[in-house]
Amino acid sequence: MYSFDIERPTSVADAVAALGADEALALGGGQTLIPTLKQRLASPSKLVSLSGIAEMKGVSQDGNTLRIGGGTTHASVAREAGAFPALAALAGNIGDPAVRNRGTIGGSLANNDPSACYPAAALGAGAMIVTDRREIAADDYFQGMFATALEEGEIITAVTFPIPAKAAYMKFEQPASRFALVGVFVSQGDAGVRVAVTGASEGGVFRWSAAEEALSGNFSADAISGLSLPADDMIADLHGTAAYRAHLVSVMTRRAVAAAG
Amino acid sequence: MTKVTMSVNGKSVSGEVAGNTLLVDFLRQDLRLTGTHVGCDTSQCGACVVHVNGEAVKSCTMFAAEAEGAEVATIEGQAAADGTLNTLQQAFQDYHGLQCGFCTPGMVMSAAALLKENPQPSEAEVRDYLEGNICRCTGYHNIVRAIMAASGQQVPAVAAE
Amino acid sequence: MPKDHGIGASSKRREDVRFLTGAGNYTDDINVHGQAYVHFLRSDAAHGTISNLDTSEAARMPGVVRIFTGADFEGVGGLPCGWQVTDRHGEVMKEPAHPVLAQGKVRHVGEIIAAVVADTLEQARDAAEAIVVDIDELPAVVDMKAALEEGATRVHDDLADNLCYDWGFVEENKGAVEEAIANAAHVTTLELVNNRLVANPMEPRVAVGDFERGTGNSTLYTTSQNPHVIRLLMGAFVLGIPEHKLRVVAPDVGGGFGTKIFHYAEEAFCTFAAKALNRAVKWTSTRSEAFMSDAHGRDHVTRIELALDADNNFVAVRTETLANMGAYLSTFAPSVPTWLHGTLMAGNYKTPNIYVNVKAVFTNTVPVDAYRGAGRPEATFQLERVIDKAARELGVDPVELRRQNFITEFPYATPVAVEYDTGDYHATMDKMLELLDRDGFAARRKESEAKGKLRGLGINCFIEACGIAPSNLVGQLGARAGLYESATVRVNATGGLVVMTGSHSHGQGHETSFPQVISEMIGIPEDQVEIVHGDTANTPMGMGTYGSRSLAVGGSAMVRAAEKIINKTKKIAAHLLEAAEADIELKDGTFSVAGTDKSVAWGDVCLAAYVPHNYPLEDIEPGLEETAFYDPSNFTYPAGAYACEVEVDPETGHVSIERFISADDFGNVVNPMIVEGQVHGGIAQGIGQALLENCVYDENGQLVSASYMDYAMPRADDLPHMASYTVDHSCQTPCTHNPLGVKGCGEAGAIGSPPTVINAILDALHSGGHKVDHIDMPATPARVWAAINGQ
Repeated sequence: MYSFDIERPTSVADAVAALGADEALALGGGQTLIPTLKQRLASPSKLVSLSGIAEMKGVSQDGNTLRIGGGTTHASVAREAGAFPALAALAGNIGDPAVRNRGTIGGSLANNDPSACYPAAALGAGAMIVTDRREIAADDYFQGMFATALEEGEIITAVTFPIPAKAAYMKFEQPASRFALVGVFVSQGDAGVRVAVTGASEGGVFRWSAAEEALSGNFSADAISGLSLPADDMIADLHGTAAYRAHLVSVMTRRAVAAAG
Repeated sequence: MTKVTMSVNGKSVSGEVAGNTLLVDFLRQDLRLTGTHVGCDTSQCGACVVHVNGEAVKSCTMFAAEAEGAEVATIEGQAAADGTLNTLQQAFQDYHGLQCGFCTPGMVMSAAALLKENPQPSEAEVRDYLEGNICRCTGYHNIVRAIMAASGQQVPAVAAE
Repeated sequence: MPKDHGIGASSKRREDVRFLTGAGNYTDDINVHGQAYVHFLRSDAAHGTISNLDTSEAARMPGVVRIFTGADFEGVGGLPCGWQVTDRHGEVMKEPAHPVLAQGKVRHVGEIIAAVVADTLEQARDAAEAIVVDIDELPAVVDMKAALEEGATRVHDDLADNLCYDWGFVEENKGAVEEAIANAAHVTTLELVNNRLVANPMEPRVAVGDFERGTGNSTLYTTSQNPHVIRLLMGAFVLGIPEHKLRVVAPDVGGGFGTKIFHYAEEAFCTFAAKALNRAVKWTSTRSEAFMSDAHGRDHVTRIELALDADNNFVAVRTETLANMGAYLSTFAPSVPTWLHGTLMAGNYKTPNIYVNVKAVFTNTVPVDAYRGAGRPEATFQLERVIDKAARELGVDPVELRRQNFITEFPYATPVAVEYDTGDYHATMDKMLELLDRDGFAARRKESEAKGKLRGLGINCFIEACGIAPSNLVGQLGARAGLYESATVRVNATGGLVVMTGSHSHGQGHETSFPQVISEMIGIPEDQVEIVHGDTANTPMGMGTYGSRSLAVGGSAMVRAAEKIINKTKKIAAHLLEAAEADIELKDGTFSVAGTDKSVAWGDVCLAAYVPHNYPLEDIEPGLEETAFYDPSNFTYPAGAYACEVEVDPETGHVSIERFISADDFGNVVNPMIVEGQVHGGIAQGIGQALLENCVYDENGQLVSASYMDYAMPRADDLPHMASYTVDHSCQTPCTHNPLGVKGCGEAGAIGSPPTVINAILDALHSGGHKVDHIDMPATPARVWAAINGQ
């Protein structure tokens, strides 16, 4: 690693101020950033650790909305998001237990790895990304692989999810990394049916609108049995061709719909 | 350099660390607690798992500075003061849950975290929980057996002629 | 009652206590006062000429002690190859220079261009980034077939082409094999790939070089399976340090699996630099470095033909293999596709005509060498896959086809130059089938089908050759080493003893199993026996641990040394008891005179040897210390029958192992618990090869599977559950030529399991109407799905 200082503010305001420094980077759980730093692929002057900010932690429910602090670990979400079982299950299956004890929802969404699980949940449930300065709808937030609407120094302080009537996430794991080779989050709620796909596309997480339409009239696996996705924009790598990924999207969507009930 | 103070295996320790000092390096190099190992650089192998405030974490993926004020437990603190192995360690020996021993400290610390959360896990739960701990020697079979035995469950006995 | 000590007891491992309490002493735990750290600047190009290498600015960076480049190693030897293969035309293999640091050219991603030694590792890394290096890239040679084409880019300019050798075995049989195939009633042909693997012991390699100015002695602490071999190769062939001025220590080593046999550039560098700088130099590999610097394994492309007569008897096997050597010859690389592979092509079967052709090929990839099984998995995979294919083509039961062709009489001389001393292949097959409950398979398949899954059953037999020997024979085959093993047994005055063995334990449990043998022989408790290994300063010259050889060869050396001790103690006891030596019996640690009540304890006899007051000094020397070197007269031939049931999800191609049975014949077993652990580990690696692991280069020679993010290591949930997994070793035909009757168990699982799994997958696919002849390893979900869909 290059050398850098590390700061541990205890409030969002202090963190935002600290991030004003040149080349400062926010450190969430560090489960992606630290390996990146080890490879010397980033050279921040300063890391601003968010792990000491109590106001960014925890899960709370307000009516039909679940609010999760940006600094809440995956393990906490798995334990505490019982009001939204599909989300709790998704969080409980990210990485491994030790990663889940450090990794945070804010960190995952800020990073927007094209194979991460949380982007599928946020997009698939129509979440709102709450930052130190604004709220961003998930539909506007994800802007391609590792790209988001966040400005420099902007911190995700919370994520709010409308709790859908039905939802499920199905992940087909890449055998080595155990990230999603394809992951599909489906939900049916006040905002209608949403289907979000992670792991598959060169463009990062996306909504599969054809499936959403088909499911809107009939929320059952049968409704999309004939539906397939063009392979054009799918990722092709060591672990699967574009055609395979496109196929898996269909399979995982059907299974997610079936699991959502 | 920043001063950090934490409790490691029940003892308060302090040291001067750089911002980029990983917890595992602080443990291995500053405190000479070399039982915690490093087996990869992508946070996957789990040889470095320790407990921070009672939770299993990968000490290669956490900065020492972030452990300020924390209670850290490592493999060196698991046996009794007289060297008697704890139940889980003893089960690893009884059921041959280790061979080269390199992944073992992380494996034991992960298993201890599991049993704290889930005192009688099913076999599937044990296997699932060990996703972040890679062992190249044992094929995991005897590790799973040891963990289940340590939780008081019946498992097939060790081979005998 | 199961035994509680000695041979056959599942003694708990004494080494576990230190490993379970964090008290192990691995190489990275060793820090020498004042040590510097080295960071290696490695090539990110697969092939190219170094047109500019400027270290001047980097050398001025903070903390830098010195930067070494190829120029500093011009007078230093290259890394030697320990085996010279002679090809089918009588020519010796091509053996390109293998520099410690690149000499003007790089030939694989990861090759060392410069070594930066600094006060801290981060300073060394900082300085490495300031080195100016320009590489004029050349086309990368990656694909073996393309590498052999006329006009292909050459990996080594000084060689005529990329062919290392063209080996034929047995060349004289070639005509007979061709004729048998031409006249056969049926010929089954199969083309397959044995996938490239990375051994991945969990402990990455580490080297600490140290130099003592006062004595001029060098010490290397290294993660090795065979410290004496490293001392010989590095001292004599690379650095020119006489062995008495060089100590190599391999302390606790965190797994090896073959890849820690070889002598590596980093070891030579740290030893060299410590002397040059008069300061200890430490290198700890990262996992990322390991992927591009540890020798890889397997990587064969094969075409095999199996010819059968009208009664389904095997009449001939012909196989042609391209074997990847990588860019340079690693220590034992040439032996793996030849003598460790061709000699196993008879398998368990009495095929009368066999011909093996292997072309070894240089490519711009990391060197390839032995990995758990080394040649034998490659032989077993192709043979057992083609037999399964033949059974399907002929519509016969794969079990019966194998049975009808089993070798049943021993000793049996194969047409590929080895003589199996003993075995009972029907017995292991019977045992496997009994444990499998084959009759219940149809019902299990129905259950799977009800869940929308396809279930398949694969079976497989295998034989391996372990404890490669004897030395004079392997010398004729090209080995530049002996393959004996050594042991010194030192009895202390009060009767406890130390065994100093040339074998090296890096997970195998020698510290526990070797004392069991001594305990059995002498009748003293196991805890009276200490095992010392891993340090050239206090062990006799030994060849180390690989090829499932430790108990069969190293254990036999220990038995021979202990026998010398027992003979001598009997003489002393006879003197003390005033009886004839021939009448002295040793049992349970007590010498007695046959037919009398006269006796003397082991400890008293040992004390007499060191306090020789009442002692036959005119006949024997005082003291009790004996050394033996044991050179086996033959290989050992463990064999087994395996079965696997898989479930395939036809929608996704995902394969899960639902049942796994192994029935092995390892001869006698010293510690059943350890043996089963070895089999579990081997099977996990075999399942890993079959389903998960794949080391992949792209067409530019870039390593695509360069970390655990892309190289799939088997995890706990990839492997079968307890209730559906049995490893059995109750079929025992003791080896006829070593004193313990043991055969070796370390590699069996890795050899026997890959074809078992693939056979099971194909059986599953056929049950679903998918007529797939073959699927290459690893059978990833993507590949299985593609096979199902004809892609």
